[in-house]
Amino acid sequence: MAAEREPPPLGDAKPTDFEELEDGEDLFTSTVSTLESSPSSPEPASLPAEDVSTNSNGPKPAEVVLDDDREDLFAEATEEVSLDSPEREPILSSEPSPAVTPVTPTTLIAPRIESKSMSAPVIFDRSREEIEEEANGDVFDIEIGVSDPEKVGDGMNAYMAYRVTTKTSLSMFSKSEFSVKRRFSDFLGLHSKLASKYLHVGYIVPPAPEKSIVGMTKVKVGKEDSSSTEFVEKRRAALERYLQRTVKHPTLLQDPDLRQFLESSELPRAVNTQALSGAGILRMVNKAADAVNKMTIKMNESDAWFEEKQQQFENLDQQLRKLHASVEALVCHRKELSANTAAFAKSAAMLGNSEDHTALSRALSQLAEVEEKIDQLHQEQAFADFYMFSELLSDYIRLIAAVKWEAKVQQGERDFEQISKTIRKEVGRFEKERVKDFKTVIIKYLESLVQTQQQLIKYWEAFLPEAKAIA
Amino acid sequence: MEGRQAGKESKPSSVSVDLQGDSSLQVEISDAVSERDKVKFTVQTKSCLPHFTQLEFSVVRQHEEFIWLHDAYVENEEYAGLIIPPAPPRPDFEASREKLQKLGEGDSSITREEFAKMKQELEAEYLAIFKKTVAMHEVFLQRLAAHPTLRRDHNFFVFLEYGQDLSVRGKNRKELLGGYLRNIVKSADEALITRMSGLKEVDDFFEHERTFLLEYHTRIRDACLRADRVMYSHKCLADDYIPISAALNSLGVQEVNQLKMSFLKLAEFFERLRKLEGRVASDEDLKLSDMLRYYMRDSQAAKDLLYRRLRALADYENANKALDKARTRNREVRTAESHQQRCCQRFERLSDSAKQELMDFKSRRVISFRKNLIELAELELKHAKASTLLLWNTLLTLKGEP
Repeated sequence: MAAEREPPPLGDAKPTDFEELEDGEDLFTSTVSTLESSPSSPEPASLPAEDVSTNSNGPKPAEVVLDDDREDLFAEATEEVSLDSPEREPILSSEPSPAVTPVTPTTLIAPRIESKSMSAPVIFDRSREEIEEEANGDVFDIEIGVSDPEKVGDGMNAYMAYRVTTKTSLSMFSKSEFSVKRRFSDFLGLHSKLASKYLHVGYIVPPAPEKSIVGMTKVKVGKEDSSSTEFVEKRRAALERYLQRTVKHPTLLQDPDLRQFLESSELPRAVNTQALSGAGILRMVNKAADAVNKMTIKMNESDAWFEEKQQQFENLDQQLRKLHASVEALVCHRKELSANTAAFAKSAAMLGNSEDHTALSRALSQLAEVEEKIDQLHQEQAFADFYMFSELLSDYIRLIAAVKWEAKVQQGERDFEQISKTIRKEVGRFEKERVKDFKTVIIKYLESLVQTQQQLIKYWEAFLPEAKAIA
Repeated sequence: MEGRQAGKESKPSSVSVDLQGDSSLQVEISDAVSERDKVKFTVQTKSCLPHFTQLEFSVVRQHEEFIWLHDAYVENEEYAGLIIPPAPPRPDFEASREKLQKLGEGDSSITREEFAKMKQELEAEYLAIFKKTVAMHEVFLQRLAAHPTLRRDHNFFVFLEYGQDLSVRGKNRKELLGGYLRNIVKSADEALITRMSGLKEVDDFFEHERTFLLEYHTRIRDACLRADRVMYSHKCLADDYIPISAALNSLGVQEVNQLKMSFLKLAEFFERLRKLEGRVASDEDLKLSDMLRYYMRDSQAAKDLLYRRLRALADYENANKALDKARTRNREVRTAESHQQRCCQRFERLSDSAKQELMDFKSRRVISFRKNLIELAELELKHAKASTLLLWNTLLTLKGEP
């Protein structure tokens, strides 16, 4: 048998040699490189900062214009939500002073640092050390679960209620295990309260999950198909992750609003939540922050740290988006693979029926069964791909966006020293969280892949003797 | 190597199970070159048969010459009672070439590394198609060489030995059209024949075979198409790992904390996983898709044989009727008698050889399926075990880090 063969040249080039390697290495090695052209630029294009959430099905919020109209909207909205309501003032002052604060709904509530103490929760008086100790001790004895989505009401006024279960041994809670029913707007309301109180002080408040008009309408009108159940499940999982992230934050955990959310059976309804959805806020904020950046800002030494962090988060954001897009493609193809495997299984079964050699017929039916089981595996794996990998990434993309905003916003704050210390600590905590979080999820994801492979081994090992039995 | 082996495994054993034993005529494609639109195969023959002038010799043939040979067999009345090995499909690199071209045109959003990997994948794909087409052409010749009757054909000798170009140009439009029409007429004919009230299938064996083959052929064609789609999805999945690995790598490079090692390790993991998944896809292709495709064609060839036999039966019936008529009129009885006798003999000859051929087809099919299914299962196990090992190692590293 001849050893060498001419591989086909690509394009018009002359043929070159190739070698065949042992199994275990690459099957093919080609030294042909006739394609002259190379990619124009290896660097990924920068993605627009506005495109914060990749999971949002909802319409974009109204265009942000830095003028009075929007301020009124927020003045109205925040009236309902905030616990304490000091006097609000339009923020965009025309003072030439360096204290230029980007216009955000949250800073509307606390225009000047002096009056901030009024709206700050009492809990701030607690010694910082205690909170820090808790944070460093990493002992958050609190577990949150979101479950049992239930449709309440009918027609366009219907909504989904979720059960929020808390298990904890922390003394600040009256019981060790309790649950309440909450609807989506309650979560948004909680987020806006927390954001209003802590964002401007330098804390990273985890963003709330996305609103979705399309998704919710389907559920409301009672469309009982797989896409609406998928939607509800996606939302449930996102809400759970949101709460888990929030309670992990030592300062937020102390917040009375959070406690009320988790514990009390009745909650005042949050209104005007459409303007306050997580990505909505971030989108506007990013635009505002960009506008502000164009104004001259006085730099001092600490800013070098901010600059660096900002750049770091910028890069992280870009890469995460790229990764997220690729994982979404993976999920899509795995679903396709599952569908195609199922179709093949059916045709293999038909073929087995036709086959008139008994043993071969049986083997083909077995093959069909194996393929069907494999199809199931693929489906479950796609599920894991999505919920573990993809959602994690999109959560992080949104978190990073929140952090980026943080870094930008605080550059102009007057009481810089205090805030910057908080921010640095927050960013440090966020970093640590991020590392732990990411690793945990990746490990879980890889373990799910292991499961799949082990199942595959089981199925094929069962099939092999059937194939050998063909006489 | 797998491309060539696929050819060898689906080789028929119409004479004996072990083909290697028959060394009096050995044919193989020792080399192949792709030039622009054409593929040139070097056909090497080793034979001690008296027909040939040398013991070992080679010629260069193109796809059209294989088709010419196939058609010559089909049109030869002598082989009407045999299953003619299906003609190899035309080499088709169009899709692959297009993809390579598109890649070359450049997509600014991918990194240099990603580009290199994608190019590597496409080149491997191109190579795989090339190997397959060689295997298909080779197995066609090898089946002919193994068949006791077909191997003695004069055209076959010419094909193997004649040093010059056979001057068989590709079919022109008229001929192609003629070919299509012939096929249509044939199927219409077949339908007509089988519904003719006078035509009763005399042999249970053939009745069963006809029903069986009609259904089998349809279903195997279905299975083949769907197996192709599975393979394609699997390949897409494997390719998805390229940008994932690249993004993780970039993340790792720019990280400054403990995540750096994790990201880099993950990037490496996905790259390795990609190769494994790619191999699963290509093994499914070779062991399942290709086998199904081959037997789809072979079962068509078997159907063609049945048709020819039915045609002969129809002719025989018609000759009987003509004879009766002639006897009634007492005119040209002699002619009618000899015609009827010829038809009868032909029909019986065809029936006998067809029976043998169909039984061989069955045993060939069973052996081939068995071999390929076993190999498929073994390969799937191998890859799943390798993937598991890879995953365990990666998990160990990730968990072990602070």
